[in-house]
Amino acid sequence: MPKRDDIHTILIPGSGAIVIGQAAEFDYSGTQALKALRAQGYRVVLVNSNPATIMTDPELAEATYIEPLTPHALEAIIRQERPDAMLPTVGGQTGLNLALALSRSGVLDKYGVRLIGADIRAIEAAEDRLLFRDTMKKASIPTPRGGAACSLAEAQALADEIGYPLLVRASFALGGTGAAWVWEPAGLPEAVGKAMAASPIGQAWIEESIQGWKEFELEVMRDRADNFAVICAIENLDPMGVHTGDSITVAPAQTLTDREYQVLRDLARRVLSTVGVETGGANVQFAVHPETGRAVVIEMNPRVSRSSALASKATGVPIAKLAALVAAGFTLDEIPNDITGRTTAAFEPSLDYTVVKIPRWAFEKFPGVDDRLGPQMKSVGEVMALGRTFPEALHKAVQSLEIGVDALDGSGPARGLPEKTEDLTTLAIPTADRLFRVYRAVGQGLSLESIQKASGYDLWFLAELQAIHQMQARLAAADPQEEQFPTLLRAAKRLGFTDSHLARLLGISEDAVRGLRKQLGILPTFQRVDTCAAEFEAQTPYLYSAYETEDEARPTGKPKVLILGGGPNRIGQGIEFDYCCCQAAFALQRLGYETVMLNCNPETVSTDYDTAARLYFEPLTFEHVLNVVERERPQGVIVQFGGQTPLNLAARLEAAGVPVLGTSPHAIQLSEDREEFAKLLRELDIPQPDNGIARSLEEARGVAAGLGYPVLVRPSFVLGGRAMALVESEARLAEFIQKAFEASPGQPLLIDKFMEDAFEIDVDALADGERVVIGAVMQHIEEAGVHSGDAACVLPPYKVSAYHQGIMREFTEQLGLALGVRGLLNVQFALKDEMVYVLEVNPRASRTVPYASKATGLNLAYVAAQVMAGCKLAELGVTEEPRVDGFFVKEAVLPFNKLPGSSVLLGPEMRSTGEVMGHAAHFGLAFAKSQIAAGESLPLAGAALISVNDYDKSAGLKIARDLQRMGFALLATPGTAAFFSKVGLPVQAVHKLGEASPHVVDLIRAGQVQMIVNTPLGPNAHQDGAEIRAAALAMGVPLLTTLSAAAAAVSAIRVLRQEELHYRSLQEHFS
Amino acid sequence: MEAAILVLQDGTVLQGRAFGAPADAVFELVFNTSMSGYQEILSDPSYRGQGVLFTAPHIGNVGINLEDDESARPQVSALVINHLSPLVSNWRAALPLADWLAQQGVPGIADLDTRWLTRRLRDGGTQKAALSTRGTSPEKLMAMVNAWPGLDGRDMVREVTCQAPYDWPGDAGSAWVMAEGNASTSRIVAYDFGIKENILRHLAAGGARVTVVPAATPAREALAFHPDGVFLSNGPGDPSGLPYLVDIVRELLDSGVPLFGICLGHQLIGRALGAGTRRLAFGHHGGNHPVQHLPSGKVLITAQNHNYCVAPEDLDPAEVEITYKSLNDGSLEGFRLKRKPVLSVQFHPEAAPGPHDAHGIFREFFQMIDQVVCHA
Repeated sequence: MPKRDDIHTILIPGSGAIVIGQAAEFDYSGTQALKALRAQGYRVVLVNSNPATIMTDPELAEATYIEPLTPHALEAIIRQERPDAMLPTVGGQTGLNLALALSRSGVLDKYGVRLIGADIRAIEAAEDRLLFRDTMKKASIPTPRGGAACSLAEAQALADEIGYPLLVRASFALGGTGAAWVWEPAGLPEAVGKAMAASPIGQAWIEESIQGWKEFELEVMRDRADNFAVICAIENLDPMGVHTGDSITVAPAQTLTDREYQVLRDLARRVLSTVGVETGGANVQFAVHPETGRAVVIEMNPRVSRSSALASKATGVPIAKLAALVAAGFTLDEIPNDITGRTTAAFEPSLDYTVVKIPRWAFEKFPGVDDRLGPQMKSVGEVMALGRTFPEALHKAVQSLEIGVDALDGSGPARGLPEKTEDLTTLAIPTADRLFRVYRAVGQGLSLESIQKASGYDLWFLAELQAIHQMQARLAAADPQEEQFPTLLRAAKRLGFTDSHLARLLGISEDAVRGLRKQLGILPTFQRVDTCAAEFEAQTPYLYSAYETEDEARPTGKPKVLILGGGPNRIGQGIEFDYCCCQAAFALQRLGYETVMLNCNPETVSTDYDTAARLYFEPLTFEHVLNVVERERPQGVIVQFGGQTPLNLAARLEAAGVPVLGTSPHAIQLSEDREEFAKLLRELDIPQPDNGIARSLEEARGVAAGLGYPVLVRPSFVLGGRAMALVESEARLAEFIQKAFEASPGQPLLIDKFMEDAFEIDVDALADGERVVIGAVMQHIEEAGVHSGDAACVLPPYKVSAYHQGIMREFTEQLGLALGVRGLLNVQFALKDEMVYVLEVNPRASRTVPYASKATGLNLAYVAAQVMAGCKLAELGVTEEPRVDGFFVKEAVLPFNKLPGSSVLLGPEMRSTGEVMGHAAHFGLAFAKSQIAAGESLPLAGAALISVNDYDKSAGLKIARDLQRMGFALLATPGTAAFFSKVGLPVQAVHKLGEASPHVVDLIRAGQVQMIVNTPLGPNAHQDGAEIRAAALAMGVPLLTTLSAAAAAVSAIRVLRQEELHYRSLQEHFS
Repeated sequence: MEAAILVLQDGTVLQGRAFGAPADAVFELVFNTSMSGYQEILSDPSYRGQGVLFTAPHIGNVGINLEDDESARPQVSALVINHLSPLVSNWRAALPLADWLAQQGVPGIADLDTRWLTRRLRDGGTQKAALSTRGTSPEKLMAMVNAWPGLDGRDMVREVTCQAPYDWPGDAGSAWVMAEGNASTSRIVAYDFGIKENILRHLAAGGARVTVVPAATPAREALAFHPDGVFLSNGPGDPSGLPYLVDIVRELLDSGVPLFGICLGHQLIGRALGAGTRRLAFGHHGGNHPVQHLPSGKVLITAQNHNYCVAPEDLDPAEVEITYKSLNDGSLEGFRLKRKPVLSVQFHPEAAPGPHDAHGIFREFFQMIDQVVCHA
């Protein structure tokens, strides 16, 4: 069956901001879908509020709307673009929810938009747990016993019937929000309440406990001829009870016989046809009882997903591309297999290697958060590794994590083993480090059966861990001079032991291990991911390393550049850097280079075999990078685009003779080293906030006392403000200094005088050694003290004079030339009392690059990559700062609702997971759009609660007055209320937290507050602020914690009350 | 750890780790890309005379159980793998793979670069090989390889067929096989050329009384059971070395009895219709082979295990409707006769191991029988 010719324009919603549970994988999937559909001649209209995506590059669609993903925006866009079809299955849960909303409101019918990829019936049946369960029951497909409840009474009746323990979940919620285990009746009311609150339809789902069962997931594909294929079977190391996004997973499944596997395959097929998924990709999750083999279906997602991205990278099958093509009417046998070039997509991959995924958590950023893993996903990224065997892949995955650990016992080059011994009771508690604890327990000699019972890890995995441990023990006792040593060393490398770990075991340096290996001829080979276990020759150079006999890399003699990716997504180093790496690949390809990508993050566009000419899926460690360099012999390596990960390797790579393109590692080092950098600024006569360098706590005390509190502590060589802190008094200095030294061991700290009420400005620029061209000047809406990654930001600045902007441009130019920058440059400024100060310079890709590029139309990373390859800006026609039409507001999206217990106040340590952009001709409208896109709709009427600290009272008055004039009722805490009353503003005083009920939090929870302005100060105020924020989060009430943000919100509300939001594609904007 | 030596016909000598029985074996080495189901593959009589290399790197994880056998014992001559599981983990497991092989006299070699070997076999074609797990020298093994005639033109069926007719009683694995469609009450005679038990389970699940007969049973003796249909099984080796079976199949064709062939049975039907069979470069061995049903265009993911195929150009289009072809290499995967109730497929609808996409072909056989009975 050929493609459908009854459709011409296809609307694709993206998934919006990166949040826990819905991340970069949807950029990967969406980009594939866009490319595939356009290649078939369809006109594609994309809507995605996230500017840090490749998919929102205007070249990838006919119309690209960086607009809020709301039914309102989509209806307007449908009205403008008149698509005849909508593909909702590559935009995550967001895409499906939009499809449901637009279908229910009749918009799709009204404009004649057909859903392709999944119909409404299928989405409803898959997303509504009750309907799904009923649908399964009717088809005699086994599921856990359970039911839906819309009240506590209903929930109790169900619980009595099923028995405890129980799993309580929220219907229609993302990433397991609102899910909890309940062990006894007393815990039920709270869990049910939370689940009902988290569910958009107020429904809790109550289910039999299948905790501890084995968990499997099948990634499947179906076309309209009912052809069906399993792309990948994934087995979780962590048993049921840990969200699959938080589980270590292995592909292919390892502990099922064919009989048992085929039961799952047959069930998956029946689930798809029963639910009515006619075309596209889907995943079906199963639980299998470890002792009886009883298999039940847990859930099905009729769309591409995080695990389908993983399965794509694990197998070489581009699931999203196939899903898009089958949605457009193709059958699988009509789609070629790109990897073999001679077979078709109608087949099931066979893997002759093993794949391990490990999630990456960021608990260090969220003190107070329960770090136990459960049904609600908490990880912010993941790594994947390929090896011929499970031990090899597992080792490589651990090395990819970049948590300072290179061995399964949890040790690392600068990190010893914990002293304590493991016991069985703690192994039952799933945490981010459970793998290491289990390994140590195996090493301690606890019986595998007892560890299996405690942890739920299948015995097979434990036996492999034991084999690794036995090897570790042999290595620790080995003598490199003995005759059998070469055999032992080769066996160790085949099990994935890294040189840095071997160095510790053998008591020699890592370089010595590498030298020894080379001398003994123990060298890595590169194998191809070919989808077919070598049955056919692979055409695509998608490679992983192993220690085998035959190398399949077959490098070409073309001029080539190696691009080092960013590794796992984490807070502070996210999709923005992958975006830049992809741009580098596109730009260098354009210049005629063969591009080689090295990365270990399966969620990304950079690890699509389509992005660079050659792809190495490898850990971003010195050893693995150097292996690839030695095999490929590139003309240059790009280390400046992947964030801190490749930068941290730059000096060692350069020392090893690897040619680094662009800005020299020395210049980068200089700008990162707080001491060196301060010297440079003094030489250039560029002001910096008063500061001092400290190498010890004692020095820090002296510096801080000299500057006067509050001070800002900044460690060197970190991203995302890791361990950066605002310290208000000496009492807490020691604690923060210690954390800062831990985050950046052996490096000096910079202690700044904190500039209260300063504005911060980011400048992104390009430099080629001769010329500096400003890309964008962006003003933070929050005052100084909030990390730039967490601050809302507007381009162009709305409150900075042309004079001051001119100074910043000048300083940027001076710095770019002084540092010899060749490529990207980001400078952070503070503006206080008419003075411009430089806070930081980053001669590398920065987080704002994609946002600035989308807003200005100048693709900064793309140009920078060309400059790094030797082009001059003048040759590229880039000599002037682009003019910006209208306002572009970036807003950060924070993960607090996924991480209960975390402090919710913003500070100098970055904690947002993603960003959105809003644009409009008017600042207020652009800000309003950014808030809507970030999930915080501003109210147009109602009551506003204001609680401001003493410094803010006068400025707060103006905001209160504006709100009152627009008809808002004013509520205020006693101090604020008294101040407002004095000038005659009608205000109702409300109790502070801790005073008699109803106090502020009660009012918020009762739904009597539509908007909150709260600028807390002082230790108690912070505590109160946290509770207010938690209540606001729970109730979805917008909360503004700085006066500038509040003022921006007021301005937004004012324009929103006067005019409708309009939506405009980037193509139209720039035409 | 005992050393094992594998030598290939082209002179390659490889050393690995021995497991299974201490023995010498000479065989034709083929690779199988199934990611699950080693027990079924090892006990499949079609592998008689062959050593199997599994491309899946982890073998032995789930041990051996009492339900998943395809015959009473391992049939392969040797096993070539990358990584042998240090223990068994599965609720149905009865014993470790290595113990089963040791009990049954089958040697295995582990810790080899199986991907490299697979690429050799893919590019250079199937090779003769010999394995020793008891210290036999490479030279001696090479001599064994050179002395061994190989499988071409040889009758391997004799080694695996049953000695006397019997009614299939069902077994422990039968519980895993569900009936496809309505139960039939037919009587089926199944020729055993090395029959996989899952075929018998499927025929029985369809409600049939199944009588298994030795390969050389003359057609008239088979027809004397008054079967509603006759089944021609899979089996090992080269169909061109089995002229006596081609004669029997020709008689069965002439009798007009509904006939269903799988794999070797299919090749024999092809030869009985006058078509040649030829060797494929490295055969089809795996559980992910897409075949297209030509009348509907639908694709089935099938289990396959064959080194030879029927030459489609030799089949008379007036008599034969080609119903299935391989999407990987376009080779013939199945046909029906236009004027006779004959159904023939190269792949394995009984799977075991592999996807169940083609189970419906058993139903098709029963429907064909029903139609013949109705018209009679």
